[in-house]
Amino acid sequence: MALLDVIDLVVEFPTRRGTLRALDGISFSIEPGEILGVVGESGAGKSLTGSAIIGLLEPPGRVASGQIQFEGSRIDRLSPAQMRPIRGRQIGAIFQDPLTTLDPLMSVGRQLVETMQTHLKLSDRDARARAVQWLEEVGIPAAAERVEAYPHQFSGGMRQRVVIALALCAEPKLVIADEPTTALDVSIQSQIISLLKRLTESHGTSVMLVTHDMGVIAETCDRVAVMYAGRIAEIGPVADVVRTPSHPYTEGLMGSIPSLEARVERLRQIDGAMPRLGAIPQGCAFNPRCGRTIARCFTHRPDLMPAGATQAACWLVGGGAA
Amino acid sequence: MSQQPRIVFEAIEASRSFDVSKGPLQRVLSGEGRRILRAVDSVSFGISHASTLSLVGESGCGKSTMARLAVGLYRPTGGEVRFEGQNLSAARAQPALRRKMNMIFQDPYASLNPRWRVRDIVAEPIRAFKLLQGPKDINDRVGQLLTQVGLSAKDGEKFPHEFSGGQRQRISIARALSSEPEFLVCDEPTSALDVSVQAQILNLMRDLQNRYGLTYLFISHNLAVVRHMSDRLGVMYLGRIVEQGPAEAIFRTPRHPYTRLLLEAIPDISSVGRRRTPVGGEVPSPIAPPPGCTFHPRCSLANERCRTEKPEHTRNDDVLVACHAVQEGRAV
Ligand SMILES: Nc1ncnc2c1ncn2[C@@H]1O[C@H](COP(=O)(O)OP(=O)(O)OP(=O)(O)O)[C@@H](O)[C@H]1O
Ligand SMILES: Nc1ncnc2c1ncn2[C@@H]1O[C@H](COP(=O)(O)OP(=O)(O)O)[C@@H](O)[C@H]1O
Ligand code: SF4
Ligand code: SF4
Ligand SMILES: [Mg+2]
Ligand SMILES: [Mg+2]
Repeated sequence: MALLDVIDLVVEFPTRRGTLRALDGISFSIEPGEILGVVGESGAGKSLTGSAIIGLLEPPGRVASGQIQFEGSRIDRLSPAQMRPIRGRQIGAIFQDPLTTLDPLMSVGRQLVETMQTHLKLSDRDARARAVQWLEEVGIPAAAERVEAYPHQFSGGMRQRVVIALALCAEPKLVIADEPTTALDVSIQSQIISLLKRLTESHGTSVMLVTHDMGVIAETCDRVAVMYAGRIAEIGPVADVVRTPSHPYTEGLMGSIPSLEARVERLRQIDGAMPRLGAIPQGCAFNPRCGRTIARCFTHRPDLMPAGATQAACWLVGGGAA
Repeated sequence: MSQQPRIVFEAIEASRSFDVSKGPLQRVLSGEGRRILRAVDSVSFGISHASTLSLVGESGCGKSTMARLAVGLYRPTGGEVRFEGQNLSAARAQPALRRKMNMIFQDPYASLNPRWRVRDIVAEPIRAFKLLQGPKDINDRVGQLLTQVGLSAKDGEKFPHEFSGGQRQRISIARALSSEPEFLVCDEPTSALDVSVQAQILNLMRDLQNRYGLTYLFISHNLAVVRHMSDRLGVMYLGRIVEQGPAEAIFRTPRHPYTRLLLEAIPDISSVGRRRTPVGGEVPSPIAPPPGCTFHPRCSLANERCRTEKPEHTRNDDVLVACHAVQEGRAV
């Protein structure tokens, strides 16, 4: 059984000028121990997908239809009180800015102890010992002396390490990491990603890793979902999506990334921009920018269809264009 | 024999320090001396006509400070910055030279006045330098500039908030081009943009360079972007250039341990499933940089000499490297 199943998820924002559909029928699953990457342009719906799963959609945003199942049980209809023990204990979260997660007025040790004691039955002593262990495990030097330190006494990279310890210390089965390294320096980014990968591997934790960095995805994830305008354009094993993408958008995206390995004269360019919510064209949302449209692209919206090793939402795959 | 291309921009042992001391009273109370932060520390490089030199390095290494020195937003506290063979202050005193340099910033929103229509934003340098007179000529020119950067003349009527991030960066580029510059300093011009939009902007910058012979000082922390854009490359660490030379040579055989670390740290789409050994350590505070080679606390090749003696630049082929191990032949 998959650990997480997202089935035809629709997230809407009612506004004065009508309802905006920000996520429009998203389906995917995450297996135990698997790292699923989620990429896409800003506004594609990556963060909303994460917020919906941990039950932190900002009102008036709401799950309008579809289901989110965790270990086979629906979690999309739970009250905040029912959701609280799941968040943290079952599903941990890591966000881009460590300062939004850390309490500036509490020592990092105290924050770890409180998080663990909320979710696990631990004596003060054991919790404190574990807090030091976690700080050591995420690579804070002299952890025993620094459990009493406050977040502002750490550098940006150190703080993100503390956030990882906080997300993992209640031993959740799934971690949602939304751009966990975007605010950090390149050399620190790779430290943090390796750390996240090593720890989740050793604890058997599944990860949904949201990022716009395809390089990070390529090195870290088992599978990747490419999002476009509130939908999944393509999903599949990383190597296949990166090397032999089936969706024209994925193909364009891969070509637009400069590589360290091969220098090209001109980057491949997808002209135009992703449509705004409320101005998403009929048929395939990518049709104004796609160089390979057929008549059906303008009238019917493609769903994910098997395309070799991946699944792609495009009429050209699955015999659509034959 | 081909002619040597002319050097458009040059930094000669340029330095910029900032006084980050506490107030005088607090200094007395805490018994602390003045604290000087050397953001750019004796940096030398030249950029020849119609080429691109890029500076890379981690946050705080002095890239933006160097960019601001290059366009005269900061004065050097040591050394010299030269444009078209003249000291920058002398060059900037002449409108004919001043209009030939311009800057594009990272955040295309913060750098555009939200209350101005796009046509006025783009026309501002044309008016300031009195490049054209009548409103019709100015309007035509603005329309032309907007078309050049892939927008339409009609977009001049709109305000910045009506555009996406990539379109706003196009507006900044149109404005930067409006004074017909030869030299553009681009500080992280695509760092705030999605990769697909980044590709549009990088292609546009290349096209403009080919068409108008523009010279770029390009700044980024993204090595893949830098590789794509640069003829020459300078790698900065704590205010100094530790390795510089032809970009291809450095990417092919990085010599300085820090350059190697940077290249190793960067995840690349060609490396599916690659296992990397993460690099240790963080950038130390630039206020009290380590003695000797400032990179020694993070360097696996550091020895006693590195901890005490600052390495000078030595030339290897066309590449300058500041590292004892490289100079001693220990870095293999
Ligand atoms: N006006 C200033 N006053 C004091 N310190 C400054 C000033 N400007 C820059 N600095 C310091 O100088 C150093 C270099 O800063 P700079 O902005 O050039 O870095 P950068 O390489 O552009 O970094 P980033 O990648 O984060 O943009 C930093 O330590 C910074 O804090
Ligand atoms: N509170 C909100 N109200 C209205 N629209 C929102 C809200 N939050 C997000 N959206 C919209 O939903 C879409 C997806 O947003 P998000 O998930 O944050 O994108 P990503 O993380 O991929 O950049 C965007 O068009 C965004 O503008
Ligand atoms: S469905 Fe049509 S428009 Fe959409 S990506 Fe496929 S070919 Fe292009
Ligand atoms: S001089 Fe020494 S410490 Fe500095 S980079 Fe070279 S080997 Fe490393
Ligand atoms: Mg987001
Ligand atoms: Mg900067």
